[in-house]
Amino acid sequence: MARKNMIEAIRDALDVMLGADDNVVVFGEDVGYFGGVFRATEGLQKKYGKSRVFDAPISELGIIGAAVGMGAYGLRPVPEIQFADYILPAYDQIASEAARLRYRSSGEFFAPITIRTPCGGGIFGGQTHSQSPEALFTHVAGLKVVMPSNPYDAKGLLIASIEDDDPVIFFEPKRLYNGPFDGHHERPVTPWSAHPASEVPDGHYTVPLGKASIAREGEAVTVLAYGTMVHVALVAAQETGIDAEVVDLRSLLPLDEETIEASVKKTGRCVVVHEATRTSGFAGELIAVVQERCLYHLEAPIERVTGWDTPYPHAQEWDYFPGPGRVGAALHKVMEA
Amino acid sequence: MDPHRQLSLHVPEPSSRPGDQPDFSYLKLLPAGGARRPEQDCPPQDMHDLAFDLVRVLDDEHAAVGPWAMELDPSLLLRGLRAMEKTRIFDERMLMAQRQGKTSIYVQCRGEEAIACGQRLALGPHDMCFPTYRQQGLLIAQDFPLVDMICQIYSNARDKLGGRSLPFFYSERDHGFFSISGNLGTQFMQAVGWAMASAIKGDNRIASGWIGDGSTAESDFHAALVYASVYKPPVVMNVVNNQWAISSFQGIAGGQAANFACRGHGFNIPSLRVDGNDFLAVHAASKWAIDRARANLGPTLIEWVTYRAAAHSTSDDPGKYRPADEYAAWPLGDPIERLKQHLIALGQWSESRHQAMVEELGAEVKAAAKQAESFGTLGKGPAPSASEMFNHVYKEMPPHLRRQRQQGGV
Repeated sequence: MARKNMIEAIRDALDVMLGADDNVVVFGEDVGYFGGVFRATEGLQKKYGKSRVFDAPISELGIIGAAVGMGAYGLRPVPEIQFADYILPAYDQIASEAARLRYRSSGEFFAPITIRTPCGGGIFGGQTHSQSPEALFTHVAGLKVVMPSNPYDAKGLLIASIEDDDPVIFFEPKRLYNGPFDGHHERPVTPWSAHPASEVPDGHYTVPLGKASIAREGEAVTVLAYGTMVHVALVAAQETGIDAEVVDLRSLLPLDEETIEASVKKTGRCVVVHEATRTSGFAGELIAVVQERCLYHLEAPIERVTGWDTPYPHAQEWDYFPGPGRVGAALHKVMEA
Repeated sequence: MDPHRQLSLHVPEPSSRPGDQPDFSYLKLLPAGGARRPEQDCPPQDMHDLAFDLVRVLDDEHAAVGPWAMELDPSLLLRGLRAMEKTRIFDERMLMAQRQGKTSIYVQCRGEEAIACGQRLALGPHDMCFPTYRQQGLLIAQDFPLVDMICQIYSNARDKLGGRSLPFFYSERDHGFFSISGNLGTQFMQAVGWAMASAIKGDNRIASGWIGDGSTAESDFHAALVYASVYKPPVVMNVVNNQWAISSFQGIAGGQAANFACRGHGFNIPSLRVDGNDFLAVHAASKWAIDRARANLGPTLIEWVTYRAAAHSTSDDPGKYRPADEYAAWPLGDPIERLKQHLIALGQWSESRHQAMVEELGAEVKAAAKQAESFGTLGKGPAPSASEMFNHVYKEMPPHLRRQRQQGGV
């Protein structure tokens, strides 16, 4: 057991899987010799060699297309897309190919690939280094979509994703790489070492896909969140004094509807929070699920706190990012209803 | 404004349209046997001429001439002839089946039979092809059961793909035939990835990627060339230039400005331009590229010059955009006829034996179609279970799909 930040936990997961399975290969832009622009693959090429961990040309469709071909051969590729903002050139290979290969071939071919990609804002990343495109992937049948919020989950979920025989989009909130972030940008950054979830076991362990976790137990209202927004929701509960139950979804697809249902039936109120833009965002799906499963237990309309329906701006970072103030206001609103 | 300085947009036009005389003068054809055959390990930069030349073996007198004429066992040629004829008869039967409403759509590969059949017979049993929807010859050349192909086309109760896929989108892993996708060009990049995997594992299998002239305009074509050039994996990159992408002539894909073979040069990938209607040239060039890949000498790009003799698909009417008799004027002739005449010239074949083979294959295809029909046709007779719809989305069915299946009552 050692204290690790999220980058170290991710690197550890890759190291564990490269060591455990000769078919695991890691590649992407700058991931080889240099070790990745976020250091997530540092030292891996030296340890496992250039045929296991290597640099790729700047072609996202090439990276994913190659991974699909490798998966068809029998490898277990873990490609990286440098920023989730740049995953779109690979969308055809992900949505039309990786996601459908098993279906269209009756399981004869499949794509056991895990696409790692840093996502999310709160870092002055502007329009093309801050996006949260998860809803573009939760809408695709055949994909699994995962987003951890802490180092322990990041390692366990990544190992589970790599071992999974279906294609997984593994979103890494880059704002959480070095420490938890609750949206209080005016305060100094805290490192992960002060957080209990930075206790990361050595070696192999998994966190199951499709299972949410309760980040904070509460009775008054359920907050459905994932990634950075888990930490924002936790601080909003603390600051408002509202006894919120914060559900960290961890997997968006498949979704742990049972945990969501149990929590909302207990609290009778629900707030959904994500960084992504609102219209047709994943919150729309979550609200539909809550409405379908918990309507007669609801005591207030479901609230959602999301990014605005604009591209992610630069100078207006903190007016855009759904911080503890906006989440707190939503908590008050559902409690007053 | 000075009219002489006005800009104008160049929109390429084919050499002839409906009602015009077919005109293939744009094709620079050199006599058979003229193109040189480089050494197996020839550096790509030393064979640039071959992307502008045309590798041809069969001459106008049906003799095999020049450096690409290999010592081939006549039994291989007879196998090739049989595969091509079977492919054509199969296509004709399935076209008829579509007209009879037994399936929703079909595509023939008429005129292009030599390319898939010729390359398949040069590949090893464990190599993997990444075909488009117009390489049915890859299966037929290895005597793949026609009944299985037709059951898939009919989406019937015996369709291995459970009725989930469009007709002719076969998937036959054990026969080196990768699952076909409707999204053009995607498999060209995947072939390169598969070949990289073979190299990563120190295997000796190679990949064969396939793309049409029109789809070379897709980004995947460029990505595949970049990756093939960077990692030098064992892949044969086949561009089947049949002159047409539905209604667009190959100039709209950029083929008028530069041929497709020479695109390999910018990536330092050895590139050949080959007569796609010459079975001997197809086999020889394929063998050259396959041997090169297997010797770890990297990828080869091959442009197969051919002509799409039939409509694009059963949903297409080529009479609306090209001369009706254009194929009759195609200077590279018909692949079946040319190989047949060569075998006759060799004393290995005759018109009457050919006629007997056509009849035998016709009966075989008809019997296979009848047998497949007994397992149902599209919307008629035994059909795949509706619950098949929910299978194979994931390895294990997740709870939400389980609920939807119950909700759907299947």
